[in-house]
Amino acid sequence: MGIRERLSGNEAAATAMKQINPDVVAAFPITPSTEIPQYFSTFVDNGQVDTEFVAVESEHSAMSACIGAEAAGARAMTATSANGLSLMWEMIYIASSLRLPIVMSLVNRAVSGPLNIHNDHSDAMGVRDSGWIQIFSETNQEAYDNLIMAHRIAENKDVLLPLMVCQDGFITSHSIENIELLEDEKVKEFVGEYHPAHYLLNKKEPIAVGPMDLQAYLFEHKYQQAEAMRNAKKVILEVAKDFEKMTGRKYGLFEEYRLDDAEIAIVCMNSTAGTTKEVVDSLREKGIKAGLLKIRVYRPFPEEEVAKVLSHLKAVAVLDKAESLNGAGGALFTDVTSAMQVNGINVPTCGYVYGIGGRDTTTKEIESVFNDLVEDSKKDRIENPYRYLGLRKE
Amino acid sequence: MSDMIEIRWHGRGGQGAKTASLLLADAAFNTGKYIQGFPEYGPERMGAPITAYNRISSSPIRIHSNIYEPDYVVVVDDTLLESVDVTSGLKEEGAIVINTTKGKDELEKLLKGYKGKVYTIDARKVSMETLGKYFPNTPMLAAIVKVSKIMNEDEFVKDMQGSFKHKFAKKPEVIEGNMKALELALKEVKEIQ
Repeated sequence: MGIRERLSGNEAAATAMKQINPDVVAAFPITPSTEIPQYFSTFVDNGQVDTEFVAVESEHSAMSACIGAEAAGARAMTATSANGLSLMWEMIYIASSLRLPIVMSLVNRAVSGPLNIHNDHSDAMGVRDSGWIQIFSETNQEAYDNLIMAHRIAENKDVLLPLMVCQDGFITSHSIENIELLEDEKVKEFVGEYHPAHYLLNKKEPIAVGPMDLQAYLFEHKYQQAEAMRNAKKVILEVAKDFEKMTGRKYGLFEEYRLDDAEIAIVCMNSTAGTTKEVVDSLREKGIKAGLLKIRVYRPFPEEEVAKVLSHLKAVAVLDKAESLNGAGGALFTDVTSAMQVNGINVPTCGYVYGIGGRDTTTKEIESVFNDLVEDSKKDRIENPYRYLGLRKE
Repeated sequence: MSDMIEIRWHGRGGQGAKTASLLLADAAFNTGKYIQGFPEYGPERMGAPITAYNRISSSPIRIHSNIYEPDYVVVVDDTLLESVDVTSGLKEEGAIVINTTKGKDELEKLLKGYKGKVYTIDARKVSMETLGKYFPNTPMLAAIVKVSKIMNEDEFVKDMQGSFKHKFAKKPEVIEGNMKALELALKEVKEIQ
């Protein structure tokens, strides 16, 4: 029944990678994800995995090496953060368009500039529509569990898309916390062997990977990618069901926390969800019907399901840990409000940009959002939907 | 959540406050608790003020923010008392543990009227006597365990033997000194009356 341990989020991710034992890991160090390839390279050196570890000279090369390995028929993984992901940018799109189910551990950090090493979600948001599945993790446990489930989702024949598991830099990546690990053999059995249908090293079926794709077919290929992303929703739930059978830990597209009978709710991702649960409980004791919707699967965005579970509320606040410099609100906010509009749901909804560049988010601040929502819920319409939380005014 | 204990560490880069917070998390974990141990990362330099945190609870810990109203504060370097507001938010029913040779009157001025309990220990003396070098984190770890009573002292000492064996696998010669530092520190930490 699991192994009781205490690990940092980075140790948890590296442990998952050790148990998955992929064919290839290619990575370049960058704070705060550096420890993941660092720990993993010791597993390689100690003979605990039989992975080919490629110590590349940049993140562009890390993703290129993963693409080469996956195209050849191998299972490949990497880890990065912020500007490391920025440098991968060109290859990120190539990985997804070649339908290569690479798995990445993304330890979220603010993208420069100015230079900042701390947590926000600007790195993940920058690639949110690049064709990668994005799964967010509240805790070290979720970062671990999500990685164990990742290959089964990405490699499914109806999906065949790369997948990134996100967790908050420093906040979870460098915090030692309790975790329940699985036995090595259970992980091995759950993840299974990788047998791609088509791959470069199959001498019985010579194929070309990544040739020119002009007016005649690119449109159809993009449509297929979009379909694969839509298909991923079902596959993610199927894999979660199997995972629950093995561990007792239940995962969905999102987690509803005291949302059923809530009147007001916060929507957020990653570690802030834990802090919000704490506040929800304390407000409930005071008779305030607060709830939380924690988005786990951000891409594909579960638009219909999100709209449905928010439909009974009187007011909603969406928390974005990335400033979208577009004059019209954060990415999660526009996704949620768009989902509601498309599904005919009209709940007053506002967005808060918060936690930029590692600005700490406290229970008091989360409580202030709920207090705002109590006032908002008395009105028909939100007057100032674009808000900030924890921003110094002076 | 009512039994959750929150601890804030103040030290200087290189003194091992972060390591001490992780060792405390380890020791509490080994007694069956839920734990968090995390440093506040800044521009890390030898000698720069650093902060580290612990949460210890018998139920799962969900909150992910720094600690603003700690039950206990540990000050690993008393020169910080002049530059850092170490008692900020510290609960009056809690306590502060300081590595210092300063006396009551001097500390009262530096602690800005903090009304809770104040404990001191000369971690330099303990460290020099047992390790022959100045590593204040091991004595301070023992001091906070004693003051906060988060675990039985004998259990703690026994558990740390295992932790040190692991931590100092490549330097086994320092294990004995660190164990002596723990045991001496448990005796040396005193409340200022």
